[in-house]
Amino acid sequence: MWDFPLFPERASTIAGRVDNVFFVLMAISVFFTVLIGFFVIFFAIRYRKGSQADRSHAFSTNLKLEAAWIGVPLVIVLGIFAMGTQVFVQMFIPPKDATPIYVVGKQWMWKVQHPQGRSEINEIHLPLGRPVRLIMTSQDVIHSFYIPAFRMKQDVLPGRLTSEWFQPNKVGRYHLFCAEYCGTEHSKMGGWAVVMEPTDFEKWLKGSPNGSGGGSSDAIQSMATTGGRLFEKYHCTGCHGTNSQFQAPKLDGVYGGQVPIMAANGKDVEFVTADDRYIRDSILLPKSQVVAGYNPVMPSYKDVLKEEELLQIMEYIKSIGRKEGAR
Amino acid sequence: MSIAEETRTQTQQGVATSTYPKSNYLTSEHTVASWLLTTDHKRIGILYMISITFFFFIGGSAATLMRLELMTPRGDLLRSDLYNRMFTLHGIVMVFFFLVPAIPAVLGNFFLPMMIGARDLAFPRINLLSWYIYIAGGLFALAAILWGGVDTGWTFYTPYSSMYSNTNVLLAATGVFIAGFSSILTGLNFIVTVHKMRAPGMTWFRMPLFVWAMYATSIIMILGTPVLAITLFLLALERVMRVGIFDPALGGDPILFQHLFWFYSHPAVYIMIIPGFGVVNEIVPCFSRRKIFGYRFMAVAMMAIAILGFLVWGHHMFVSGQSMYAGIVFSIISFLIGVPTAIKVFNWVTTLYKGSVSADTPMLYALGFIGLFLIGGLTGLMLSTLAVDVHVHDTYFVVAHFHYIMVGGQVMAYLGGIHFWWPKITGRMYPEIWGKLSALLVFVGFNLTFFPQFVLGYLGMPRRYHEYPAEFQVFNVLSSAGASILAVGYVLPLVYLLLSLKYGKIAGPNPWGATGLEWQTPSPPTTHNFEETPIVTEDPYEYEIQEGPSV
Repeated sequence: MWDFPLFPERASTIAGRVDNVFFVLMAISVFFTVLIGFFVIFFAIRYRKGSQADRSHAFSTNLKLEAAWIGVPLVIVLGIFAMGTQVFVQMFIPPKDATPIYVVGKQWMWKVQHPQGRSEINEIHLPLGRPVRLIMTSQDVIHSFYIPAFRMKQDVLPGRLTSEWFQPNKVGRYHLFCAEYCGTEHSKMGGWAVVMEPTDFEKWLKGSPNGSGGGSSDAIQSMATTGGRLFEKYHCTGCHGTNSQFQAPKLDGVYGGQVPIMAANGKDVEFVTADDRYIRDSILLPKSQVVAGYNPVMPSYKDVLKEEELLQIMEYIKSIGRKEGAR
Repeated sequence: MSIAEETRTQTQQGVATSTYPKSNYLTSEHTVASWLLTTDHKRIGILYMISITFFFFIGGSAATLMRLELMTPRGDLLRSDLYNRMFTLHGIVMVFFFLVPAIPAVLGNFFLPMMIGARDLAFPRINLLSWYIYIAGGLFALAAILWGGVDTGWTFYTPYSSMYSNTNVLLAATGVFIAGFSSILTGLNFIVTVHKMRAPGMTWFRMPLFVWAMYATSIIMILGTPVLAITLFLLALERVMRVGIFDPALGGDPILFQHLFWFYSHPAVYIMIIPGFGVVNEIVPCFSRRKIFGYRFMAVAMMAIAILGFLVWGHHMFVSGQSMYAGIVFSIISFLIGVPTAIKVFNWVTTLYKGSVSADTPMLYALGFIGLFLIGGLTGLMLSTLAVDVHVHDTYFVVAHFHYIMVGGQVMAYLGGIHFWWPKITGRMYPEIWGKLSALLVFVGFNLTFFPQFVLGYLGMPRRYHEYPAEFQVFNVLSSAGASILAVGYVLPLVYLLLSLKYGKIAGPNPWGATGLEWQTPSPPTTHNFEETPIVTEDPYEYEIQEGPSV
């Protein structure tokens, strides 16, 4: 109990920048608290009832002072706004080369799957010094993926993908929490983020028995491979396959490119980017964005696929997509 | 109190008899029906005072259990399900059944008509109706608690509340839904009263700032509360009829709920602080013997806060999945609210300058308010800062921040107001020394309870956690220790104020020498407030400046 920290660890590239903004805010806050506290106490004593202090020329309106009350705080808050927003934009937009890792939240655990195939529960292993982008969804209620040492948090929503990115810069084990109240065991929905040297991380990914966290002896298959198998299992190949006799758009090279779809008026053609969200929506809500020239015959896979399977199929479609890989 | 008792007390007081009117709003009738069917705004204010005090101690008991549980990192006192019900109960009861009605429905009801020289509110029977509606809502909330509780948090976030929780969400939501109409009626009544019932000469800029505060609050109540009602209705529709509104599994959007909920609940935060501004605006000039500094700026600042408050709901949702640009817009508007807020704090401090300051109990509460509200406001700036909010959102940092505003701000102001107007309401004085002690205990206990939570929050402890990592224990123990002091500080006034009803000195019409029409009536006031309609000829807060040695 007596071994306690006063300040959280810093283990991502953004953490220092967030702390800097926080320190500036602290300085401003302490300054104004001391200033106002001082004047309240000073006035209360100097002008206490019955004191002999000079009270001549007392005034109860003064436009110059009021202008200062308005001007000074306005400049200060706009300055803070600019500072905080600049860092926020960096937190929001991931670098293009960020490694994707898939996260599914459910009452009350985090399931994490790496594209290389290894999956884990309530832990997330991360390579030191590489930007990582989490692609997250929830199977039930809203959760929030929060690693204080990285200063990063993002709500994880059912029926939708959200993402957060960070670049760990310190090896260690850090708390992983669910920050959005999600029911009975909310406070137990968490575990550890483990940041490893890249070489150790590669070993761990392959699931070598010596790697931390252990692993099954079965050869680990990549998410794309698993996704490809699911693609056949759910008969997607029947229409989307290369030799299929039914008419459905072929999916090779689709991901990351522009797709022509029928506009809402049923006549014009619009282009949309085939990103994660587009792929997901096309599987779950196939009739909402129909590729131009095709009939809306595909059924929804909404209640058929589990969230993990959906992510695996997405990863498969990505793997046969454009090589440069847009987000 | 019976007439016999009263006569005895008056005889004991001897000469004071003349200043305690034999016939006043308390003694005019004695039957239970005369209270339950009263249309006197003062009696309705008392009914509200008793009811919200009851709910305050219910909500406080839940907080006590939570603080006891959080003494240790493991969940050993309460099961997690029970803990979740406790923080939900605490939130719902404190927000909807204590903080929102506290100052408007008690002090506002009692003093708004008197301050503008009116005999009653514009719609006395609607005023009584609003209390019954409040009680009906409260009964639903109590039923939800007694029949097993609710575990959604006071925010009722979907789809947890609509599809996943197995608790009494509907009963509790119905309670909140009903109580909302009581706010709407009170707001409506206040607005009409201020527009139509001001005494001759009581121009807009001669109204006490407390009346301005009630007016600003009423606007929020009538514009915001219907949205809450709609939101809860949609929630019930999804929960009962499986209509897909918020749950994606049914085709809904969970973020929609958050937008709707905060569209009311952020302005509601200002329902829970602007009335506090109003009370402090009365106390500070009175105990500084000074006209309040920058009267018009103070009035306009409150209106500005009330209006801007409708444009910032998205700052509760920076990490909810709303777009980056939405976050940026909501951030800058939130910062703008800092400006009128700063004006108020600076003007209170400047009012002390060259005043004649005395540290009576109401003033101690008001100065405590300024300090705690200042910290609440500054940490509010931190939360408006996008980069910092991503880290501290949904942690104890947020919990500490809003308790500094709602408890450090509004509850301090409410207690300050109760001590300020107690002589007027009851005709009796409370023991000053006990009053000062309670103000001190509340201030110290409050800081000890909630300041450690800022540290906890920045360390990363999420809110609504039944169990937590061991390294957070020290701050939780400090917080629980502070809560025990705070509890004493809250129980104390209940005891000595009640005792003062019997043993308190007779106050006389104006023990503080305060300006304001309410002080020109006897204490307690007669049923009709004023013998003749007063005619107002001067600005508010015309206190005479103490003569000092000329330089």
